[in-house]
Amino acid sequence: MKSAPFEYIRPETLAEACAVLEEHGGDAKLIAGGQSLIPMMAMRLARPAWLVDINRLGALKSISVSDDALAIGAAVRQCVVERDPGARANLPLLGKALKWVGHVQTRNRGTVGGSIVHADPSAEIALVACVLDATLVLEDSSETSEMQAREFFFAPMVTAIAPEQCLTEIRFPVWKEARVGSAFEEVSIRHGDFALVSACAQVALDADGLCIRAALGIGGASPFPHALPEVGQMLVGKRLDEKVIVEAADLAAGLIDPDGDLHATADYRRHLARVMAARTLAAAVEDAI
Amino acid sequence: MSERLYPVTLQVNGERVEAQVSSRQTLVDFLRDSLRLTGTHVGCEHGICGACSILLDGEPVRACLMYAVQAEGCSVTTIEGLALPDGTPGPLQDAFCETHALQCGYCTPAMIIASHALLEANPDPTEAEIRDAIGGNLCRCTGYQQIVEAVQLAASKLAKGPK
Amino acid sequence: MKPVAASASFRYIGKQRRTKEDPRFVTGRGRFVADIALPGMKHVALVTSPHASARIKAIRTETALTMEGVRYVLTGEELCANVDPLYVGVDAPKVHRYPLARDVVRYAGEWVVAVVADSRALAEDAAEKIEIDYEPTPYILDPEKAILPGALLVHPDHGSNVLFRRKFVWGPVEEDFARSEHTLSFRARWGRSATVPIETFGVAAQWHPGTQLLDVWASIQMPKFPDQTARALRLPGNAVRVHFDVDVGGSYGVKRGIKHTVLVGYLARRLGMPVRFIEDRLENMRGGDMHGPDRIFDMTVAFDADGTIRSLKIRALDDVGAYAGRSPLQLGKPVGAIVGPYRINSVEYEPISVLTNKTAQEAVRGFGQAPTNYAIETAIDRVARHLGMDRVELRKKNFIAKDQFPYLIPSGSTYDSGDYVTVLDKALDAVKFNELVATRDAARKAGRLAGIGIATCLEPSGGNSAFEPLFNPKNQTTTWMDSCLVRVDISGAITGVMNTSTSGQGHETLVSTVLGEVLERDPDSIRVVHADSLNALPSNSPVGSRMAIMLGGAAAGAAKKIKATLMAIAAHNLGVPESALEYRDGNVVPKTGAGKGLTWDRLVEIAHRNFHLLPKGMEPGLQAKFVWEVPTGGGLPTADGRIQMYPCYSFEAHLVLVEIDPLTAQPKILRYVCGHDCGTMINPSIVHGMTYGGIAHGIGAALYEKFAFSDNGQLASQTFMDYLMPSALEVPAVDIVDHCTPSPLTEFGQKGSGEAGYLGAPAAIASAINDALAPLGRSIDELPMTPLALWEKLQGGSTR
Repeated sequence: MKSAPFEYIRPETLAEACAVLEEHGGDAKLIAGGQSLIPMMAMRLARPAWLVDINRLGALKSISVSDDALAIGAAVRQCVVERDPGARANLPLLGKALKWVGHVQTRNRGTVGGSIVHADPSAEIALVACVLDATLVLEDSSETSEMQAREFFFAPMVTAIAPEQCLTEIRFPVWKEARVGSAFEEVSIRHGDFALVSACAQVALDADGLCIRAALGIGGASPFPHALPEVGQMLVGKRLDEKVIVEAADLAAGLIDPDGDLHATADYRRHLARVMAARTLAAAVEDAI
Repeated sequence: MSERLYPVTLQVNGERVEAQVSSRQTLVDFLRDSLRLTGTHVGCEHGICGACSILLDGEPVRACLMYAVQAEGCSVTTIEGLALPDGTPGPLQDAFCETHALQCGYCTPAMIIASHALLEANPDPTEAEIRDAIGGNLCRCTGYQQIVEAVQLAASKLAKGPK
Repeated sequence: MKPVAASASFRYIGKQRRTKEDPRFVTGRGRFVADIALPGMKHVALVTSPHASARIKAIRTETALTMEGVRYVLTGEELCANVDPLYVGVDAPKVHRYPLARDVVRYAGEWVVAVVADSRALAEDAAEKIEIDYEPTPYILDPEKAILPGALLVHPDHGSNVLFRRKFVWGPVEEDFARSEHTLSFRARWGRSATVPIETFGVAAQWHPGTQLLDVWASIQMPKFPDQTARALRLPGNAVRVHFDVDVGGSYGVKRGIKHTVLVGYLARRLGMPVRFIEDRLENMRGGDMHGPDRIFDMTVAFDADGTIRSLKIRALDDVGAYAGRSPLQLGKPVGAIVGPYRINSVEYEPISVLTNKTAQEAVRGFGQAPTNYAIETAIDRVARHLGMDRVELRKKNFIAKDQFPYLIPSGSTYDSGDYVTVLDKALDAVKFNELVATRDAARKAGRLAGIGIATCLEPSGGNSAFEPLFNPKNQTTTWMDSCLVRVDISGAITGVMNTSTSGQGHETLVSTVLGEVLERDPDSIRVVHADSLNALPSNSPVGSRMAIMLGGAAAGAAKKIKATLMAIAAHNLGVPESALEYRDGNVVPKTGAGKGLTWDRLVEIAHRNFHLLPKGMEPGLQAKFVWEVPTGGGLPTADGRIQMYPCYSFEAHLVLVEIDPLTAQPKILRYVCGHDCGTMINPSIVHGMTYGGIAHGIGAALYEKFAFSDNGQLASQTFMDYLMPSALEVPAVDIVDHCTPSPLTEFGQKGSGEAGYLGAPAAIASAINDALAPLGRSIDELPMTPLALWEKLQGGSTR
């Protein structure tokens, strides 16, 4: 399983990288961690004529915390995010999701941006981005644009990114409420496998324990990581007891659009979505001290 | 029309290596075929079995999921580089022999790489942490039990310090 | 042979000792076939069929031939005209099997064209440019439909899809059924999986025109591999030299590689260049012919209210895929343990081996015993459930008792020895069974699904492949030998030579330990090497858990000859009868302690240098070979198909606690204990290691692994993203409890153990899962028991 031949470029600047994309369009592909791309190239399912290595672009490697956001450069390694004190303090949900991403070795190379652009419907980082409605910063030779994560994903491996664009940064909103809890849970057949279904929840409670903000999303059960703002809205103002959580989970299960494959039928996925939505909401509430 | 070659300079087991590689040659193929360091093995070429694990700047990665040209300026350690300076097997490798943590030996270099990285970061791992550290390395011979025992043994020996 | 006492103690055997093999592997100094670089070596990539069935109308190779580095493009038309078809284990002369397809393809993934180029990458580039015009044709995938008259035929010349079918009736089956108080029937399915080594199959070959010799290096575990290679290539047997010293990265049965070797051997000769082919993972999964049994069991059990199991009727339908080598014989080996460890009076057994348009099967660890044990143990559990009887008690009631050995089973095999009750009791003690039950019951009370699994199974060992003449009367093979050569060189150093390949079983350690034991010399000082097929003594390769018995026995036999020679030299030189002397640590000394003895070094010197001091007629030097037939072997089946199969029977008792998440249906193994009795263990670490590994294989087969085919015959699980093998996070810690019931048939009482764990684990896990489902009135009788399959059961039955 040897890759088809390609020309390799390691640009020194982001502008250079974008220029290559501009010149070659769909014949060029960016490579960061390569943990998803290289297997596809080995199987010759992906065969870019130009491979543009952005692993070393400083512009894509920073993590910064601002008043209301955690901004992660697209080429930041997943293991770096796991260990970053700013990320841990401000966005524990991301760390909880990262526990489920592949294995130690894949997180040592895989990047935050790479996972998002690859757009597997069960990708954990992408689900967190959608649930929190992160802002994606995209650049090409002529301009920088922004897009919300919830608008970015269409179908498995299909996103709104144009062939000339490079994802440069992901800005995750940081909730400033006093009591914020989060949870990420996944059903996979073995540890580290693609999720059959994953669920991601973040809630904010007021001093009396009533929900003032909530966000839930389901991965692996729709053609894209599926944020469910309807569920979030439904929970606001309520005490998130078992009955309410069951209602929320039922609502979630009705909103997703699962497919069947070798490992799970659509019915099973819908069932898992309901179960995992309930479990993560309950866990998020528990976490909101 | 021959494939274009790209220069790459990197450290492999402490030695500087300069080479010309085709862009599509993976790091594992480069180590094995060009440098004849055949201790790192190929099992699946799609990043799941972990038999190709090496240390890249000290961290374990799958060498089948990198192209050699990407390793420019990096420091690579393979199983051949984990011996002690005088060439004798290190305490982890000795522990693998003590508990018989291998049978066919094919996944073994990768298991040792993954275990070595674990013990460097976490000298006193729990069994769960050991299993997690080798969770991305598949073995079909051992059922993992004696491997876990080897890592536990190595951890206890390293904790005691050199004799 | 005088039976070895269970309490026998040895100097080296049975002791915790490091293996000889481990040091080179932990330093990355194994020598696997992909590590072998021959100067000027070329590489092979394959073009494979996208269709389950099609006619090949045209193959256009012109573009590929112009591409960089391409040396040759080989089609089936050329290859099949120049090699002989590969061996089929049953009498099916019209079912031709070649390395490349000619005229038709019969499964998706079948090899059609081989491209040879300067590198694997260049060969793959060129392979993409091969154009093949296919005319897709109808195909058949359902084995139950494939055996019906009028079914679409995979090999029309064979006249049917049935490769083998016979109904064996051993003992008074109908009478036993008539007088039994109860019967029950069920179907169990063993899904297609395999032991999938991490190293794929690889082979390198080089033809030497000056010596007319083909050198072969391969990742091989196969009986008669050099012979079959030579035959297919139309070469004399001594024109092929297989190097058995290649390290094999795991095999567990599957590395037969005969089609790969014939392909590469042909190319090496044709091109006059060394050629190497390492399967990539896709070639391996789809077309490496390494899939295992794919079996539907229809079982009927006859039993009494008190739990006595009187008779069994077993129909085993196995879907071997589009071609067959030895795979149909995997229905035959279980004949040797068809009643498991139980005193069942009669058996009707109908094995059916059927062709479909799927990837071909090959041998897998246990050679059909693991699926059969799964079916038998499921039957036992169902009887227990039917009678409301405790599963442990039911088993104990039906076990062959320890004083009943040697025990003749209805199908003609005699079990050599065993003490099943004791092993099970030891396992029950180790797991603290009452506490285990309490833990399970507490989990159930808390609303969880929890179950305990029990499986008590046999591991036939010793590898007498008497299923060959059983399934094919034209094949009168009754010889199942192995061998060892031992040399003591002029310096007094000992070298043992083994005559086949090794894939992780620790044979060097086995042989050196045995030689050290018999010669009373330190095994660490003994070297063991692998011969090649030209200088090897005959061997039948490490299959059927045979090497501890056969290679161990051969090493002991050769060592005893050396010892006898040393005694004779000593007696001759000391002028006393041998009865006055004793052998001690390699020296020969007077029994009384008074008078002169001769040291090892002196005896070696006499043997090698002082011909004038040798007894008359004695061969100079100090070496011995030992070649021997499998104990109890040499027989042919009776007219009704009774035969002594393997000689020695190891036993395993598995106890497992599982929970199933009632909402997600994910299973989890919480506790695992395995009682194991393989007689005397020559090296306990090696035996335990293989048992842990066998259990891991069994967990894979039970819960995760399946070669799933889509409705259009495509292998859906063709990469490791979909064929899921258990990692260290899925395999739990396992406690093995040893017991030793020596075999009366072997030198040290050792039995074989290479398949341990795998033969009972799937049965045990299925037993546990079913115990967990029992309070809901559900059961699952199909492997693998994936979360999806379990969830569908929890919903109340399945659509599958």
